[in-house]
Amino acid sequence: MGLFIAQLLTGLANAGALFMVASGLSLIFGVTRIVNFAHGSFYMLGAFIGYSLLQVLPGMVGFWVAMLLAAIAVGVIGVIVELLVLRPIYRAPELFQLVATFGVILVIQDLALMIWGAEDMLGPRAPGLKGIVRIMGEPVPTYDIALIVITPFVALALWYLITKTRVGILVRAATQDREMVSALGVNQSWLFTGVFFLGAALAGLGGAIQLPKGGADLLMDFNILASIFVVVVIGGMGSLPGAYLAAVLISVLNVFGVTYIPQSTLVLMFVVMAVVLMIKPYGLFGREEVAGEHGQVGEVERPFKPAGLNARLIVAAFLLVLALVPLYGSAFSMVLITDIVIFCLFAASLHFLLGIGGLVSFGHAAFFGGGAYVAALIVTYSDTPMEFALMLAPIGAAMAAVIIGWLCIRLTGVYFAMLTMAFAQLLWSLVYQWGEFTGGDDGLLNIWPSDWLNDTTVYYFLTLIIGVGGILLLRHAAHSPFGYGLRAARDSARQAEAMGIHTKRVQWVAFTFAGAMAGVAGGLFVFSKGSIFPSELEIARSFDALIVVFLGGVKTLSGGVVGGAVLETIKDFLTRFEYWRMTLGLLIIGVVILAPDGIVGSLRKASERLGITKRPEGEV
Amino acid sequence: MLELTSINSFYGKAHVLSNLDLSVERSEIVSLLGRNGAGKSTTMKSIMQIVVPKTGKVTFLGKDITGMSSHRVAKMGLGYVPEDRRIFTDLTVLENLEVGRQPSREGTVTWTFDMLFDMFPNLAERRQNRGKELSGGEQQMLTIARTLMGNPSLILLDEPSEGISPLLVETMAKVILQLKSEGLTVLISEQNLHFAQLVADKAIIIESGTGKYTGSFDDLNAKPEIRDAYLTV
Repeated sequence: MGLFIAQLLTGLANAGALFMVASGLSLIFGVTRIVNFAHGSFYMLGAFIGYSLLQVLPGMVGFWVAMLLAAIAVGVIGVIVELLVLRPIYRAPELFQLVATFGVILVIQDLALMIWGAEDMLGPRAPGLKGIVRIMGEPVPTYDIALIVITPFVALALWYLITKTRVGILVRAATQDREMVSALGVNQSWLFTGVFFLGAALAGLGGAIQLPKGGADLLMDFNILASIFVVVVIGGMGSLPGAYLAAVLISVLNVFGVTYIPQSTLVLMFVVMAVVLMIKPYGLFGREEVAGEHGQVGEVERPFKPAGLNARLIVAAFLLVLALVPLYGSAFSMVLITDIVIFCLFAASLHFLLGIGGLVSFGHAAFFGGGAYVAALIVTYSDTPMEFALMLAPIGAAMAAVIIGWLCIRLTGVYFAMLTMAFAQLLWSLVYQWGEFTGGDDGLLNIWPSDWLNDTTVYYFLTLIIGVGGILLLRHAAHSPFGYGLRAARDSARQAEAMGIHTKRVQWVAFTFAGAMAGVAGGLFVFSKGSIFPSELEIARSFDALIVVFLGGVKTLSGGVVGGAVLETIKDFLTRFEYWRMTLGLLIIGVVILAPDGIVGSLRKASERLGITKRPEGEV
Repeated sequence: MLELTSINSFYGKAHVLSNLDLSVERSEIVSLLGRNGAGKSTTMKSIMQIVVPKTGKVTFLGKDITGMSSHRVAKMGLGYVPEDRRIFTDLTVLENLEVGRQPSREGTVTWTFDMLFDMFPNLAERRQNRGKELSGGEQQMLTIARTLMGNPSLILLDEPSEGISPLLVETMAKVILQLKSEGLTVLISEQNLHFAQLVADKAIIIESGTGKYTGSFDDLNAKPEIRDAYLTV
């Protein structure tokens, strides 16, 4: 009993920081509709800044002053990000801003590395709260008790601010209809900036306040990201009580999970989230999200046209150049192009889902990594020939996509995105923790192609044929009646239903198809590298593809492929430098601000303006 | 007081208003008439700069407000009541009113909660109810009350009689006349000629985003051909 209580208390204490960070994310999303990927970075900055402040501010008073100052400092950084990065792109279509926030993550990572170095820092213990108290004979750190007491006060203060003050009323009104709030004389720009300050400060406070229990390191940003998204989604986007309840739920379950079923720790919260969303699709206290209700639909979609003769000739010429690379290129360049083609296919499969289906998935790596693991496991555990394993990769990925798709497709918008991320993470943690079967963190090694393919040049051709074939197949599907149905479901689900299209089924099929194509890419990937590690299933991998699709241009057919090729090439070049993340981050932010239609979309617009290509009939 | 000169507004590629001219004098009630899709709501939104006109000029109180952000337009004393109500359904009646509150302005009435609850007794009883718990008519009244909290000198009413019961239409007419007696200037858009005639001093008829007629209702009644051409379905 004593142990039980002690664990409950530990869980409650852990919930403190989680709640603060998650409520900040929830606030920012509620008002600005921005899914702020950089929120984990704010949390990390809070920890680092808090750590530095604690070196100079002594004693008990100094400790709490440091906590507050860290929060304020991070709040100010949040404001800077909002003003410089996000304000220029508020008018962009929903979810586009997340690409910019991804750029911010990269920049902050390198800034933190420059300022604080690569070493992990152990948080100092809080003066005056260093001891333990015994509760029913079990030791509980005094600081835990302090956190358990403080967190509800922070929650209460936030609740008061949101429900009782004029600012809070305006924030809630803006969450619902910001155009109307503006028409009533409220300057929503400052409301946005204010909310960003508050949200970032909460994340900073969370980061600082967990110092005595943990510390500060450069992996904190991504490590907390999944948890806070889960908390916000379980609680319901924009709901404070929901975020508190979910933070407690997740933290307490985690503590018990570690004790009783240690293999489950990474999976547990995603299972909880999946269950909650299946029962309550908008979280415990969330309300339904209606696409476009916030006056942010963006430009009208253009119809996709089959490529003209010129475009076909250019592509054919380009393919010829690629096919001839073995004649003049080095082995290294072939390896590089192999990587790029595989990544392009992966990106194109996500683009199909996102651009044509309008389904924003945050977990597409599940099918890329999934396909790769299916092939690798089959080769490792049976004497299956490589050619057959390569064919099984998409089938395995498609099977995963059938199941995950069936569970996710009922949701829309951000909730759909989050649930796909949860399942991807579920798969990742399964692979990561089931070490004896999947090799866990050590991965699976020696997955080489058959002898006749085990040559850089031959494999290069194999990749080129399958990769380009897959991309063309995706493109063809977009122009098929199935693609029309999918686009109809994206643009107006209700009207599509009324015309007899079973929209959810069409989307389910599209999800499975895109998953299978990602699986093809995964299969090619594993045999090109000879090994596979859980990192191919990670959130970061899903984000890579997502960023590429947005940067290439969601609303253009070739966006995924072009974005993939450009980004992979740039990345290959930049990673030779020490602070490549910052450069890449700034580059991404620059593209987002200067070319909000993505690379392809903006190039097309520019060429129309210059009169090189004709714009479609009737457009202004 | 409010002057639109050759306004051209677009929705994406659709040319909704073309060379529209319109003027409203102080303390006047002007009715903007026209069929569905004639451009009445877009005119309202173009005045508020929710839809920014591509060419042309909107002046209010002698100041050019074209391209200004909506919140600054509202702060100058232009009140906007949208046609689709757009109350904040998750907020209570009192909170909805609070969103609209602006400091008092010289030369116009400064509205208080109590004054508005006198004017809309139904809302007084439901002040702690959330927007989504109100009836359609109550929601319509709330949008007007919410806009009045900004103490506007000119109020834009977009189809106030649409979708409410005949009994409420009468109440609505009384409210509009009361606003006039308080010294407010009103521009209302209407499809219902009868209702417009009940409250307005002047009629402006638009069709396909262009002004077709400006004048008094007496004059309009004497010219049934205009009415038949632009108003009756």
